[in-house]
Amino acid sequence: MRLSWWKLTAMILVGYAVIGGLLLPVPELTQLGETIRNLYYHVCMWFSMMILYTLSIIHSIKYLNKGNLLHDNKAKSYAGMGTFMGILGYATGAIWASFTWADPNNPAYASFGSIMREPKLIGAAIALLIYGAYFILRNSILDEDQRARVSSVYNVFAYAMLFPSIWIIPRLLPSLHPGQEGNPALNFNDIDARMRMVFYPAVLGWTLLGVWIAQLHIRLNIINEKKG
Amino acid sequence: MKNKLSALLLSFFGFLSTAKSQSSETMASTMRSNGKIYVVVAVLTTIVAGLFFYLIRIDKKVSKLEKDL
Repeated sequence: MRLSWWKLTAMILVGYAVIGGLLLPVPELTQLGETIRNLYYHVCMWFSMMILYTLSIIHSIKYLNKGNLLHDNKAKSYAGMGTFMGILGYATGAIWASFTWADPNNPAYASFGSIMREPKLIGAAIALLIYGAYFILRNSILDEDQRARVSSVYNVFAYAMLFPSIWIIPRLLPSLHPGQEGNPALNFNDIDARMRMVFYPAVLGWTLLGVWIAQLHIRLNIINEKKG
Repeated sequence: MKNKLSALLLSFFGFLSTAKSQSSETMASTMRSNGKIYVVVAVLTTIVAGLFFYLIRIDKKVSKLEKDL
């Protein structure tokens, strides 16, 4: 088997994100210290989640247009991989926050539980739970075409709910999480030039890795359908 | 078994918290001066390479299944 170019790119870029992300210089910040390197991992999880969800909704709309079950199959796998990336992003964020946000001198942020009440975290949890309901909905309908149609419509709703829950509402409320006034990771004036050299390739690498795994899932589903 | 595991976890997190309080934001310079960050890089590279190897193998198996159909 010859590896396609984008799978090779995924491996090279993720390898670069791991090696370069640990060794290349980063700006020295108080409080964050070396943990700023988590930008290459934690933030990339959310970026690839967003891109995978976008791929998922595109396929759902394609299914609603054409009625080809293959598109619904793709929408399901991309949504599954997106949710997986989101859960990883949430878990890594919880670790990162517990070592940078926790402040024993400030009772409001002294414990892990008080940190986890951040609007951004609650918004992300809501978004992931909405996608969780997508899978439950899928599994609760036995008829194939009906399942595809109902879950495609629900997928459009779930994608639309991403915007208030992770993009809009967390920015209206006070939060310790960066990104209150815009997109700090994307802003050219905000992110250090040295970090941009790793961050953008890392986003691409992790996203391609997610697409790769989702594609394996899709191909297995096609094989299963042909067999059964 | 469960007690042992929780004791291990506790000591691990306890170690993490003491490590955090002792080093007051010492940056990469000190971290690399003793040359041990490369150990972490090697470990992580091994894990990531292993994962990719596994992924390629699954990819090959799926390709074979597709051909057999």
